[in-house]
Amino acid sequence: MKYTLSGRLLRGEQSARLLLLLLPVLIISAAFFLLPLARLLVISFEGDQWGANYWQALTEARYLSSLVDTLLLSVSVTLVTLAISVVCGLFLARNEFAGKSLLVSLLTFPLAFPGVVIGFLVIMLGGRQGLSAELGLMIDGSRWTFAYSIAGLFVGYVYFSIPRVLLTVIAAAEKLDYQLEEAARSFGASRYRIFRDVILTGLKPALLASGAICFATSMGAFGTAFALATDINVLPMTIYTEFTLGANIAMAAALSILLGLITWLVLFLARMLSGADASPAA
Amino acid sequence: MKRTPSYYLQLGFTLLICAFMLVPVLMSVTAGVTENYFKGISSGLTLRWVQEVLSIYSDTLWLTLKLALATLAVNLLVGVPAAYVLARSKSSWARLFEEILVLPVAIPGLAIALALIIAYGGVQDLRTSWLFILIGHVIYTLPFMVRAVVAVLHSIDFRQLEEGASSLGAGFLRRFFDVIVPNCRGGIVSGALMTLTLSVGEFNLTWMLHTPLTKTLPVGLADAYASMRLEISSAYTLIFLVMLLPLLLATQWNGHRRKAQARPAVQTPAPVAKGVT
Repeated sequence: MKYTLSGRLLRGEQSARLLLLLLPVLIISAAFFLLPLARLLVISFEGDQWGANYWQALTEARYLSSLVDTLLLSVSVTLVTLAISVVCGLFLARNEFAGKSLLVSLLTFPLAFPGVVIGFLVIMLGGRQGLSAELGLMIDGSRWTFAYSIAGLFVGYVYFSIPRVLLTVIAAAEKLDYQLEEAARSFGASRYRIFRDVILTGLKPALLASGAICFATSMGAFGTAFALATDINVLPMTIYTEFTLGANIAMAAALSILLGLITWLVLFLARMLSGADASPAA
Repeated sequence: MKRTPSYYLQLGFTLLICAFMLVPVLMSVTAGVTENYFKGISSGLTLRWVQEVLSIYSDTLWLTLKLALATLAVNLLVGVPAAYVLARSKSSWARLFEEILVLPVAIPGLAIALALIIAYGGVQDLRTSWLFILIGHVIYTLPFMVRAVVAVLHSIDFRQLEEGASSLGAGFLRRFFDVIVPNCRGGIVSGALMTLTLSVGEFNLTWMLHTPLTKTLPVGLADAYASMRLEISSAYTLIFLVMLLPLLLATQWNGHRRKAQARPAVQTPAPVAKGVT
């Protein structure tokens, strides 16, 4: 039997073959991801003093305000999106009615829209020739616009977050154990208590995971801000301006590393807290 | 089930959100085929703007298609075998590598693009080639392909299938192509659709990596939004949506199909992770 006779040899040959199969991805990853990332890290420390760029990023007003604005925007987008998705997600998971799958499709098809397109859609809603401008003309004779302010970014980010979060919430809500609610009800729990202690607790892993993704995506989103050409400098826009107009590559690199660390950390924490649900394979 | 006021309240809210998602798209589509958006639809319907976009930006369409197919080809060629190895191996090196491989999902595209430019921007031949964008797209989409396939492999007992095939005398290649690949077809299809959708809509990386001669559709869109009249921007967006539509329909169909035949342990890898922004 070749298994017993040359088992070790075969296993050695096998692991060589496995390595060979993995090799292309290893090379691509090393050459086009790890190496560039290392260069980015090295360049971010270039300058007068070691770490001066990071110090500047965290102390100088224009960088700090960009960072704080982006954080606040992303947190509020995440909270609002989660709230909307919990209401719609629970409703869609628990009720059957004609046209439901169409409704779910309509709510989630913008999943694949890139940020620039969403920026344009916000202009359609709140730009100078947009829907709200028409509405304003009818009501008080002035063009209501919100697309070019932070409200425009907010609307755009909520728009692109809803499909992702909603899909996760629907999937989680379908798996909730309805008997737990029945039990709570029979013990006299109020509707609010049931919602808070049973439903939200059950949805928590899904909310954590999708909320973290929503937050990270908002932090790194570039296309929407770019299309809206706002004067609000979200962090990716600041990085872009530093790199192209300022030609301050070291600063752009430092800000990129900061941004990457924040998004990675949030996703990592969510994965730890929500358990297996946010593991890379699930 | 009885329909309480709360039911109608929730239904109303859900419909409102649906309108929020749908109305701007419909407005954009209408604007793209309207003679003059200022005057409204009464000025007449026309395909003039669509034709104009096709004459100005047709090269962006072809490049986007070429990039998406090339990204898919690379992901299939290197991603599927890698997923197989990662699913099979129990070593901690494999786990570490898996973490590194999916890291680009957690890092904003802008940062990855900046890193690529710093490392390879000096190589003129590469910098000005569409291959530079291809590299970015592969780095960004490969994790989705690998994850989708790994998830399916974890849900089936592929070792036993392989052993069975092996005891019947099937060599490695035979086992890989006749046993492994057919059994994780669902994952490969999900990963492929994800790859195509992400690549077609990718902007964050592509905007940094493109040159005036290598503009993709989303890059052209940003261009049009900044400098063209609303009707042209809308017509261009319409063309993009038309390109995306078959992918969206296929994704929905694939989702339903997999849900219908899912074994208890199979969990569809969330196609949500990081999206296309």
